[in-house]
Amino acid sequence: MNLIVSAIGQGLLWALLGLGLYLTFRILDFCDMTVEGTFPLGAATAVTAITHGVNPFIATLLAVVAGMVAGLVTGLLYTKGKIPSLLAGILTMTAIYSVNLRIMGKSNISLLGQPTLFNGALHNLPQYFDSVTLGLVVIAIVTVLMILFLATDYGQAFIATGDNPTMAKSLGIHTDKMVIVGLMISNGMVGLCGALIAQNNGYADINMGIGTIVIALASIIIGEVAFGELTLNQRLVAVTLGSIIYRIILLAVLQLGFSANDLNLISSVVLAICMMIPQFEKQLNIKKPILKGVRPHE
Amino acid sequence: MNKPILELKNVQTLVNKGTANQTKILKGINLQINAGDFITIVGTNGAGKSTLFNVIGGNLRADGGQILHNGQDITRTSEEDRTAFLARVFQDPKLGTAPRMTVAENMLLATKRGEHRYLIFRQLKQNMARFTKLAATMNNGLENRMTTATGALSGGQRQALSFLMATLKRPDILLLDEHTAALDPHTSLNLLHATNERITTDHLTALMITHHLEDALTYGNRLIVLKDGQIKADFKGEAKQVLTVDKLYQYFED
Repeated sequence: MNLIVSAIGQGLLWALLGLGLYLTFRILDFCDMTVEGTFPLGAATAVTAITHGVNPFIATLLAVVAGMVAGLVTGLLYTKGKIPSLLAGILTMTAIYSVNLRIMGKSNISLLGQPTLFNGALHNLPQYFDSVTLGLVVIAIVTVLMILFLATDYGQAFIATGDNPTMAKSLGIHTDKMVIVGLMISNGMVGLCGALIAQNNGYADINMGIGTIVIALASIIIGEVAFGELTLNQRLVAVTLGSIIYRIILLAVLQLGFSANDLNLISSVVLAICMMIPQFEKQLNIKKPILKGVRPHE
Repeated sequence: MNKPILELKNVQTLVNKGTANQTKILKGINLQINAGDFITIVGTNGAGKSTLFNVIGGNLRADGGQILHNGQDITRTSEEDRTAFLARVFQDPKLGTAPRMTVAENMLLATKRGEHRYLIFRQLKQNMARFTKLAATMNNGLENRMTTATGALSGGQRQALSFLMATLKRPDILLLDEHTAALDPHTSLNLLHATNERITTDHLTALMITHHLEDALTYGNRLIVLKDGQIKADFKGEAKQVLTVDKLYQYFED
């Protein structure tokens, strides 16, 4: 029972990563590798700030800002520098690795004995319910904000930018600006995710970003495979459910006797299996943004 | 005499700039477009018709000369900013609409062409009745597919939607780049009729590229022959009315 609750809590917290990537990967049609750097950047920023006596709430906000700056850099490289999206993301991601080491000063910082968002009011809950509660609150707020955003005139222009940039431009939408804004929001969410996971785990580690893009894609794809044809708003909810399902799959696999060291292997295998189910191939439409990612920006 | 709504003064464009292969595409275009003009444009492949549209539309910068909109210099105005007064329909039906968005959502996007888009709610429902009525004017069943993603429409419906979107918010200048060329003869004729109807009743100023000489003669009040990057002939009013396909065809020989 505890394990299931833990999986749901983890699924909720990690869903932020999937939602963030959904904005770029699915809506903007932009394969953003930056998240592999932004996730540990959020963790590093929050944990370092907390160990320096900053209020955990403020520290988490700082992580969001740090993520947004990373998104801005990738956005500028892509739109102004005309670097292909995949490479722009990889460049930023690689650079962030060094930035993270600068921020933390070493490769691992523990939060032992430090205040986090998970102690305080959540401290009296039974084990693992703290992450479920905080996860639910954050996911609910973020999902509602995303739904509201996408239903505005601005949000509609944002969707059109990803759907058909030529048309978007011919209607006067500044597509470059939209891409930059999208990358900033997306990476801000990923930074938030990193900050929450680090506080939940009790540490930040320089290597904690490895494999995050696969985890995010797994949430998105599992949600799509499991729930099929949905409206945009339903799809956003499906990402969170996909993230929870993914955690439960991992839990089941760990129960089979694999160790936590095998997690990245398992993540990749799970995602690969989901994507190889041939009849889903067309619906998944995963190849297009990746192929687009190796071509330069027009 | 009215001031022209759009004026091109000695507009030139180059390709392969700064290399040994540098070539001129537009070789000094001078053109005055008056409000209410419906100009059909014909010319051989490579004559510069699309380049001319791209220069007017702003996705290609002129390398020489000047473009004036209502007397104001817009030569350096960006493509996005020009959409405030200029609308375009592309030849490829896929280019004019957002495939994952519904017909109504696409139309809503077009109502704000060239305007700032704010974080305010989109008001789709409030516009639905108006959009459905407009869609019905295209006579191809578009009005029954308002909540369908445009990717699921036929090419004819998509192109009709593109045309509607271009005229939803009245443009000062409408550019039609062979917008019926990808359609079957019947659908193409249907859209041409609707195009002509809308342009004449709303007194829109439009430029239409076409490869069909009959269409070029039938529609519009003015006809331009583009050849080798220059305007070879410009028939207005009466001169256009007495023009025949045979005479026009002579411009394509040699």
